[in-house]
Amino acid sequence: MNATGVSPLAAAGPRRRWGDRIFSNLVLTAAIAILALLAGVAFFLLIESLPAVGASPAELPEGKSLVDYIAPLAFGTVLAATIAVVIAVPLAIAVALFISHLAPRRIVLALGFLVDLLAAIPSIIYGLWGIFVLGPAAVPVMQWLEENLGFIPFFEGPASATGRTMLVAGLVLTVMILPIVSAVAREVFSQTPRKLQEGALALGATRWEMIRMTVLPFGRSSIISGAMLGLGRALGETMAVTIILSVSGIVTFNLISQANPSTIAANIALDFPESSGLAVNTLIASGLVLFAITLVTNLAARSIVARQNIQ
Amino acid sequence: MQASAETQSLLATPVGGRLWRRKAINRVMTVLIVAAFVIALIPLFSLLYQVVKRGLPGLSWEFFTTSPRGVIGGGGAAHAIVGTIVITAVTAAISVPIGILAAIYLTEYDGGRLRRALTFFVDVMTGIPSIVAGLFAFALFAIFFGPGIRLGLMGAVALSVLMIPIVIRSSEEVLKIVPNQLREASYALGTPKWRTIVKVVLPTAFAGLVTGVMIAIARIVGETAPLLVTTGVVDSINSNPFEGRMQNLAVYAYSEYRTPGVMKQASYDRAWAAALTLIAIVMILNLAARFVYRRYRTEIR
Repeated sequence: MNATGVSPLAAAGPRRRWGDRIFSNLVLTAAIAILALLAGVAFFLLIESLPAVGASPAELPEGKSLVDYIAPLAFGTVLAATIAVVIAVPLAIAVALFISHLAPRRIVLALGFLVDLLAAIPSIIYGLWGIFVLGPAAVPVMQWLEENLGFIPFFEGPASATGRTMLVAGLVLTVMILPIVSAVAREVFSQTPRKLQEGALALGATRWEMIRMTVLPFGRSSIISGAMLGLGRALGETMAVTIILSVSGIVTFNLISQANPSTIAANIALDFPESSGLAVNTLIASGLVLFAITLVTNLAARSIVARQNIQ
Repeated sequence: MQASAETQSLLATPVGGRLWRRKAINRVMTVLIVAAFVIALIPLFSLLYQVVKRGLPGLSWEFFTTSPRGVIGGGGAAHAIVGTIVITAVTAAISVPIGILAAIYLTEYDGGRLRRALTFFVDVMTGIPSIVAGLFAFALFAIFFGPGIRLGLMGAVALSVLMIPIVIRSSEEVLKIVPNQLREASYALGTPKWRTIVKVVLPTAFAGLVTGVMIAIARIVGETAPLLVTTGVVDSINSNPFEGRMQNLAVYAYSEYRTPGVMKQASYDRAWAAALTLIAIVMILNLAARFVYRRYRTEIR
């Protein structure tokens, strides 16, 4: 990476070596502090969730066992995040393609800035927008879905009159992860080897055929890893879901009704301020489960990227 | 290189049909891509428009200068603005030195296994959900001070877990592009390594480092979830991170929405005003970061 292998110290006197030793110990301490911090995150969460693991169901909130308490929340978490990823990935690919291959060169920078801005907006604002703007706007759409596509379990209804549904929460998560997924895809799309693209065009391919034959295959694994990163973000997203979803603790695939499963993160944000004793330990245990789920998702994303790099 | 695999996929993809058909497909796909792009931008414009429209009525001199303490159903967000500044400053004071020093370790020192471990775990850290970072800070302080504890400092610790990996990533990026010739020229003059880093490498990368820190601050300044579980909700001005509850603008917006009180619309107006203030802060930080980078970066030829 750089000239670190060469030791400039060899000729230096002992006085100078002193400064070097202090400085290298300083940066080493910072590096180790970060590893200790991460170990601390896992350690302290574990310590504080242990009381809930050992407790009997009667002592825990809602009188359920820990697994029965967390399972519906984990289901809601995965459901909301899945909706977001399923809708966001095709859109993100299109956005990335537009910026990397279709947009006039002059406006590409501005477009990139717009998409980055979308990623920088605090989640509380997405939550307010979801409950006050998108939710009410989605009510007629959800009624239409119930009337015309009600035979599909997702749209069984009865349609919510307030818009506080899983579908709306999923849509807001879609908007939130779109910039992340499209940033990853855009990065790789614009690195597609020129010779392949020009070769395809020279053979008479149309622009879409060129994209389909060179850009998309080249970026395939980055699309997958971008989708996984977006999934990780959607799984852990708290405030938007907390504000939008009206929860009832049930397990259902019905996306448009008033009764929805909560998510782990939203449940913590809702219940934590009013909890005490074992209820707090239970919430921390659910947080540990969330940590584990996002960890696995992110590691999977990284390993896909790493495999691509080895090729 | 990917060339051989890609050439295979090129050959494997059947392309055929009449020219007019292929051109039609090309046109349809182009339209679809542009349409998808426009659809993706609608939420952004709707969000910005709504935040400005609904936020403006709540903005007033009172909003920025008073706290809700002792005022029934009224007051401003002064306590939340103070809270935002204090919490963000403490977070930056923890994260920036650790983050930049760790980035120096990653780029300037030959760490071997520790370095690979650090790179890997920084990746892991970027994926930690914000609420989990909040729970960590709570668990850490609860063990020593009991479960009722709520402090500005706890919030800063939680936010540091989120900010440190962002600072490391961006600092690493800019330190990497400092040319080796500069380091070698400095060594050739007999300068020790630490002085080379402090006097040559860091000044060269300075604008990039500042830009990275500003973008990292923009990411954490509007965090809500980790602060809900660590700094709590409060309605009086508190500028001491080591004592008592504290609130930032995002938590303020949330609590105004969640517990609106008697005058509902006034509360919602304040929530939107806080949202507008937050968006303005985030945008200014992002634009300023870009400006600093363009204006002050060292030209590397």
